[in-house]
Amino acid sequence: MSSRIVILGAGTGGTLMANRLRRRLPADRASITVVDRDDRHVYQPGLLFVPFGLARPEDIVRPRGRQLHEGIAYERSAIDRVEVERDTVVLAGGRELPYDVLIVATGASLAPQETEGLTGPGWGVSAFTFYELEGAAALERALAGFTAGRLVVNVIDMPIKCPVAPLEFCFLADWHLRERGVRDAIELTYVTPLDGAFTKPAASRALEGLLGEKGVHLVTEFNTGEVAYGAEGHGGMITAYDGREVPFDLAVVIPLHDGADYVARSPGLGDELGFVPADPATLQSHVRENVFAIGDASDLPISKAGSVTHFEGEVLTENVVRFLDGRPLDAGYDGHANCFIETGFSKALMIDFNYDTEPLPGHFPGPIGMPLLKESRLNHLGKLMFQWFYWHTLLPGRDIPGVGADMPMRGKHRPDPAGARATPDEEEGIP
Amino acid sequence: MSTATYAGVTVDVNEEGFFEHPEQWTREIAEEIARADGIETLTDRHWQVIDFMRREYAEKGTGPTVRVLGKASGVSVKELYALFPKGPAKMAAHIAGIPKPKGCI
Repeated sequence: MSSRIVILGAGTGGTLMANRLRRRLPADRASITVVDRDDRHVYQPGLLFVPFGLARPEDIVRPRGRQLHEGIAYERSAIDRVEVERDTVVLAGGRELPYDVLIVATGASLAPQETEGLTGPGWGVSAFTFYELEGAAALERALAGFTAGRLVVNVIDMPIKCPVAPLEFCFLADWHLRERGVRDAIELTYVTPLDGAFTKPAASRALEGLLGEKGVHLVTEFNTGEVAYGAEGHGGMITAYDGREVPFDLAVVIPLHDGADYVARSPGLGDELGFVPADPATLQSHVRENVFAIGDASDLPISKAGSVTHFEGEVLTENVVRFLDGRPLDAGYDGHANCFIETGFSKALMIDFNYDTEPLPGHFPGPIGMPLLKESRLNHLGKLMFQWFYWHTLLPGRDIPGVGADMPMRGKHRPDPAGARATPDEEEGIP
Repeated sequence: MSTATYAGVTVDVNEEGFFEHPEQWTREIAEEIARADGIETLTDRHWQVIDFMRREYAEKGTGPTVRVLGKASGVSVKELYALFPKGPAKMAAHIAGIPKPKGCI
């Protein structure tokens, strides 16, 4: 009997799931339909480079349909809602798509309107976000004309996509402004709701060290309540709920994130923020056993990042096949995440972690590899090369050579409790 | 793990003072923790948040974030900060006798 698999979203998760499942399942075994409202697939890691003129918007966008392999139906439509009781997706306009398995892969969306004052007269004048293409391009123009004053990078609240990107923005801004010879006239401040630069202790310490070296001021535990702009939207003030204030001339804001709109219109599908509650190891939703979630769309306690989606894809492909076979699911996803952190001056550092293991120093994926938690040119080249892997390996649903879904412990060092000297992990048999 | 005594009852708490066993909590205990945290009297609005936190914890195994509280508890984020000035998620979890919210990653 042929099963109907419907995948909502043709971004990273939806595309790689469609391609992986198509390869695993013969055409008479399952039909695969992918729904997306537009045909613009943005390489999101590239957004960071746009404000600095290091990538052009048109270089990081490709048609969605072209990333989907033969034998996959592409339905270009907005989604009105999902009716999990009837196993049916209702498209905008009322047409219905019944399914046997549903994969929610519609990511996270930005909600700047949820912060008081943020989308007022200064939005697009002195406050910008580089988390979407138009904003990143507008910020490039604003940054090019910025020669003196206060540049503030403000994360409103978690969760956000790629929690390291706002830090990378600071590092690149420092580099960019130095190259232009205006750095001394600009005060650069990073404002975060977290109690440090990052969520995980070892990485947080390393990143705070870098911020310090680059002369970036760090303001922590700042819960933004309101943004107020000056005359005609020029400059303004960010105020926290506890009354603290941060003035700015140019603000780079990472707005609140929600799940996709239709999730909120789909009874039972999402949580209060529109993310789909799912099992952290199997990716099966808590809503219905035939509904799964991948990537930014889920509520999993892990970074919203492309590498996470890629590693989840391996486990989820197996689980959709098992579900169709009526076999028990594989609780195989360990929370593996891997990020390059661009630090400017053609260098980057890399972090690799999972649910249980925070980012550790060492090398990835093994003792001979890219340095972890340490700046290097090799990591920067890796980050640049990754765009090729994204279109040609990750989206087609192939594995990246030497990089598996399970987080590798080979090559990592656990700092000893005294913190005196890092030692290799003996259990893993490091030579 | 250590213990603390509120309203004559000894309860298990972690090193930051958050409850290890929410079932040891009572409303009298909450009043006493609140006073120790600088809230003289728990109003109906405080209780609305505290009860919501306990329900969320029972359902989901972790306390809600400030943003979820603002969306789902019936109390706005602004008012949450007025009610629990030291940070609504942490302070209300402490008074509600549930473990510290895991927050977001």
